[in-house]
Amino acid sequence: MIAITDIISPVLVARGAFWLMVTITLTGALLAVVPRNIVHNILGLALAMFGITGIYLYLGSQFVAMMQLLIYVGAICMTYIFAIMLSPPLELELPKRRKAKVITAFFVSLVTFIVMAQMILSYKWAPVTSLSRDWSIETIGQQLLTRYFLVFELISLLLAIAIIGAIMIAGLVRRKN
Amino acid sequence: MESLITYLILGALLFCIGIFGILQHSSLIGMLIATELILNGAGLNFMAFNMFLSENPATGQIFTLFIMGVAAAETAIALSIVITVYRKFKKIMADSVSELKG
Repeated sequence: MIAITDIISPVLVARGAFWLMVTITLTGALLAVVPRNIVHNILGLALAMFGITGIYLYLGSQFVAMMQLLIYVGAICMTYIFAIMLSPPLELELPKRRKAKVITAFFVSLVTFIVMAQMILSYKWAPVTSLSRDWSIETIGQQLLTRYFLVFELISLLLAIAIIGAIMIAGLVRRKN
Repeated sequence: MESLITYLILGALLFCIGIFGILQHSSLIGMLIATELILNGAGLNFMAFNMFLSENPATGQIFTLFIMGVAAAETAIALSIVITVYRKFKKIMADSVSELKG
């Protein structure tokens, strides 16, 4: 059996896979924003999240990559799809796009990007001297339950409150009518 | 691929695409989707700084996890508000919900 790394050098394969992931992310992000159909937007968002999962793998964290896939693609995109499938806004006639609005939005985001890129490129990023390379899930778990314990608990509380609040907000109006 | 700047530029691109989406979309759900892109740009920045500049590699990962948790909470609340707005106004366009305008 011939692996792909026998034909092309592994470095080239890795680089190609990285840029493929970047392309997927940016394509998905544009798909999430540009089309007027909301279902297309959500599918684009899922694609972008998938690409970001690959980039997180390149950044060395399998755990966060899997969480990204589970939470964003598995939970958040599904919530959006349920929300628009179970309520009729999907069939609403979307108004025509106003050209002036799109052009203004484009210029605002372009200027923001240019300013940010300028900042990123002009700053001299100095790497720290003592890099610890301990990326394991064990370390993350240990720190979550010691150093970041309060934040961890607060996030749990926030999620519980958010879900109860969401049910209340969406349910109250129906009961009144 | 190995440099911090690539990831930072990618995060900035995601952020700006998100801003573009928020400004040009007229429906509330479309704006919410663009918000997710902005949050992801921030998360990507955290992971990149974590990889290249942090002394403790767990910190950035934990912050990215927290961003995901906050994003999930935000989605749940915002979607329920959108559904309520739809029930009341029969529209999900941001321009049409203007009762408090005075």
